[in-house]
Formats: sequence, structure tokens, C-alpha cells
Amino acid sequence: MTRDPDDPPARRRFLVQGAAAAAALVGGRARAEEAAPPAIPAWMKAPGADVGSQTYGTPSRFEADVIRNVPKGLKQYTSASSRTPLQDLDGILTPNGLFYERHHGGIPDIDPARHRLMIHGLVETPLILTMDDIRRFPSESHIYFLECSGNPGFEAIKGRTASDLVGLVSCAEWTGVRLATVLREAGLKPEARWVVAEGADAAALTRSIPIAKCLDDALLVYSQNGERLRPQQGYPLRVILPGFEGNMNVKWLRRLNVTAEPAYSREETSKYTDLMPDGTARQFTFVMEAKSIITRPSGTQRIAQGFHEITGIAWSGRGKIRGVQVTTDGGKTWQDAALQEPVLTRALTRFRLPWTWDGQPTTLMSRAIDETGYVQPSFSDLTAVRGLKSFYHNNATVPWRIAESGEVSNGYA
Amino acid sequence: MATRDARALAAALVLLGLAGAARAAERYGIGRTATEAEIAAWNIDIDREGRKLPPGSGSVAQGRAVFEAQCASCHGARGEGGVGDPLVGGQGSLASAKPLKTVGSFWPYAPTLFDYIRRAMPMNAPESLSADEVYAVSAYILNLNGLVPDEAVLDAHALAAVRMPNRDGFVPDPRPDVR
Repeated sequence: MTRDPDDPPARRRFLVQGAAAAAALVGGRARAEEAAPPAIPAWMKAPGADVGSQTYGTPSRFEADVIRNVPKGLKQYTSASSRTPLQDLDGILTPNGLFYERHHGGIPDIDPARHRLMIHGLVETPLILTMDDIRRFPSESHIYFLECSGNPGFEAIKGRTASDLVGLVSCAEWTGVRLATVLREAGLKPEARWVVAEGADAAALTRSIPIAKCLDDALLVYSQNGERLRPQQGYPLRVILPGFEGNMNVKWLRRLNVTAEPAYSREETSKYTDLMPDGTARQFTFVMEAKSIITRPSGTQRIAQGFHEITGIAWSGRGKIRGVQVTTDGGKTWQDAALQEPVLTRALTRFRLPWTWDGQPTTLMSRAIDETGYVQPSFSDLTAVRGLKSFYHNNATVPWRIAESGEVSNGYA
Repeated sequence: MATRDARALAAALVLLGLAGAARAAERYGIGRTATEAEIAAWNIDIDREGRKLPPGSGSVAQGRAVFEAQCASCHGARGEGGVGDPLVGGQGSLASAKPLKTVGSFWPYAPTLFDYIRRAMPMNAPESLSADEVYAVSAYILNLNGLVPDEAVLDAHALAAVRMPNRDGFVPDPRPDVR
């Protein structure tokens, strides 16, 4: 990027939009000179804000453009989604305020003191638990990604930014109790095969979870990145099913019905099933397959000739990321990227590759390989099998086209 | 085939083992027992066979009135869709270049219609319809799709007996399918 050391590059693309912004840029330059050597910056010449002037801290006002990516012009926003600004983030943990959203009946405003979890069905002792009860169980913390299964659809890959394309993925450290522990408290009957989870939202959203997952790594979660869940992520209690599609990780959890069969709810019949070219639909497509995206450089950014660190995120619902390969020549050759430790199962993994751009137009792309040996497919390989109408579980590689001007754009568009 | 059977058996044994472990292990004595009445008040899950459908009934004609008052503003006067999903049409389109997924063309089980309407619709006032109204509006939507006659009256038995055109249209997850 053309670097002005006093003008953070991530901000520039916003500053050049519109005349008012252009005026701000001029003002910014003038102020920048006042803070550059030999001048002493103004913020060193007087005390800053008092300790405790923000009792719950918020980002710097200069980061005000790092926000959720909310689609414009939707028919309604009760059942809709907003995306994480992946291209503006570092590391693997998503700040709670930027975690992606997908709600089906809006965001309920739940008083935890009045919230109850009911466990019933094929159990020896049906239970009612308060939030205080749930926090008495032995707890665990794990870092897992969460991804919406329609991230993106197969016919909605025209987005401009990394967030537009795959911003329905986020990652957090979750704290709660193992679902197995709570089911054991109620006592499973031998014929228990599924657990139907229901949210306390206006959609009373219902998904069926296979008992093997419930007794494996499933969690009932009340905290995210160290603090209580945000209302958008299911406050005060949600399900986390590591590696399974987002919709199954029921938020605002209020009921677990242990059954012999799935509920065959609307969310696992008419939605969240994958229509194939022959007219059949795949059902109970739980796992999110390996995927990656380069977040820098990425769409709408502009780079200059010379050194760049290519970086991005990779993840797999089947386990750990074994490797990420990056092409800087449109797929002719692939190089191994470095993976940032820790590489955790079913968590985002940060990858990096040093690169010097020679100024020639090219295409950048990453592909993830997970510990099962599965390789992230190209869009053409994926759609050759599944067609264009399956909507869910598009984990294809994302190409970023670099123009001679250094402009980065979506290689699909 | 023999290998697959053996694998399924092994998986079932593992599952039983896990369930057994969950039964046998210690308990913490946390929480209180839920009563039958409490469970009945909250449990609104309907299975695909409709065995848990509640008492009540409703006709296509009654359903039309409910639909026009509660549903049409989002789903269109005859279920053709709008702010809300289309509910009608599309039968035979699923394998085409322009598949239209509706209740009539895609939903595999009629009792799911009752389950979903009761828990989530209308979007601005979920769980506000009576069981009779939910049966009625289910009957009307099925009638618009040509799946029940104009004079139909649906109750638990009649709704469960409606065979949806796409009942056998779903297959298990074969992934990983792209190599």
C-alpha cells in the first residue's frame, strides 16, 4: 500500500469516499503534521481521560468504521443476518461486539433470573434448572469457530469484501458445562437417540442433535470470551456444537427434549437441507467442511508494489487445520503458509505468507487442508457435484484478483 | 453391505455404551424435578407422524379467514410469497434450473406445518393462534397447494394422514463428496 505513516491504510478507503470525507482527509493531514517530528503530539501535552471514564470500554473513536456488516435493503430484519468484518480483524478470536448474527425471530431480552432450562422426554428425572443451577455444574472453556451454513450461498458470491463473502463465521472462547453432564444429571433412558433443543426466542427455534454429539463435545454455554454471552449470541444460555452448522447451536436455550427420533422441525426439513441437481435434498448435513479465506489483501483494499504479508483464516468442522496453501499466480503454483500457534480443533487458525508483489495483475487464493486430509475444493469442483441450488455448505476457495492499479477485487464477480 | 452392517452394529454398541455411561455416572443433585403439568405446558414439539398433535380442528374455509387476517400481508393473498416465503406452487420444479421450494413442493411432513405455525407464526405474534386456528390455516395452505379438498376439516388424525408430495425427497449426508 502507498504508506503515509501517519495515515493508517485501513482507514484511507473510507476517507476517500465523498467530499466531506475528502475535507476530513485534508484536516487529518494538517493534524498529522502537528504530531510528526519535530512537533510533540498534542496528546502528550495534557493528561488524558480519567481512569474509569468508560466503565465498560469501547474501541478508539478512530476505529468507528470497524463494525458489523449489515446488509442494506432487506425485506425485513427480524429473520436476517449480519457479518463479522473479517478483513479488519487480527488473530483468531472475534470480539463479542463483532460476532456474526443470524436470528430467526429477533433478539429476545431475557432476564436470567427468570430464565429456565427444562430437560424432559426420554430421561429418568425430568429437570428444571435455573441459571444459578447451571453455573454450579463443573465448567470448561474451549475455543471454537461458529459458522452459518449459508456462508455464502452458491448464487450470492458477488460480494466486495471478505466479510461480504464469508463474514458469517466467527470464533470465541466459550465457557459452560458439558451437555453430557447435564443429561447425566437427568439420566438418559436406553432408547435416547436425539436431543431436540429449543430457543426462548420468538421463533422458538428447534433443532435435533444426535445423541453421540451431545455426549461428545457439546456444551451448554453461558460465557463468551470471558464475559456473559451477548443477547445476540443467546444470552443467558446457548448450545455450542463444535464444527456443526450455526443454526444447530441453539441460542436462548430453554428446553431439551430427549427423543428416539429427530423432530423433523421446519429448520431441518424445509430449511437447512441441501437441494441437489436431481431434486433430492440432503438432510442432517451437520458438519462445516474445511475452508479458508485470505483477509489481507482482500476485496476493496489497494496494494502497492513491494512486500506484503498475505494473511487469512482457516477452519474445519472435522478437527484441526493441517495446512493452508496459498497461490499468488492464479493457481499455477501453491506454497505452504505458516500457521499461527495454537492450532486448535474446530477453531479458526491464522495463516501467513510473505509475498512481494511485482506489480503485475494476478490472483491470490488460499486452500485449507484439515487433519482428515480433506482439501478445500474450488467452486467449480464443488458445484460440479452439487449444482448451484443447494444454498448451504459452500466452502469453496475464494479468489482475490489484483489489478495493475493494485486494486483488490472478488475473483468470482 | 456386510461391512456396513457390522459398522452400524459397532456404532450402535458405542452409542449404547455412551448412553449407559450417562445413566450410570454420579449426579450432582442440581435443579428440581419438572412436573408433568410443567412439561405439558412447554412441550410443543410435534413429530413427523403427528402423534403429538393436540386436540382441535379447523376447516379450509376457516383457515382462509385466518390466513387473510394473519398471514397474507407477508405471504401474499394466495401464498405466493412477499416479505415472507412463498408457500404455494413449485411442485415438480425441484430438479429444474429454477426450483421453487414451498410447503407444497418441498415440505416432507404435514404435521411439521402445524408445529412451525404454532411456535413461530405469525412472525409479529407467535404462539397467539389457537389450536383450531392452526389446524384451519394449515388446511388452507394445504388446500392452496391442491393437497386437501375445499371442504376438508383437519384434526390430528386428518393432518397426519396428508401425504406430502416430497415425503421421500430427502437423503442422508454423503459428505465428503468433493475430492
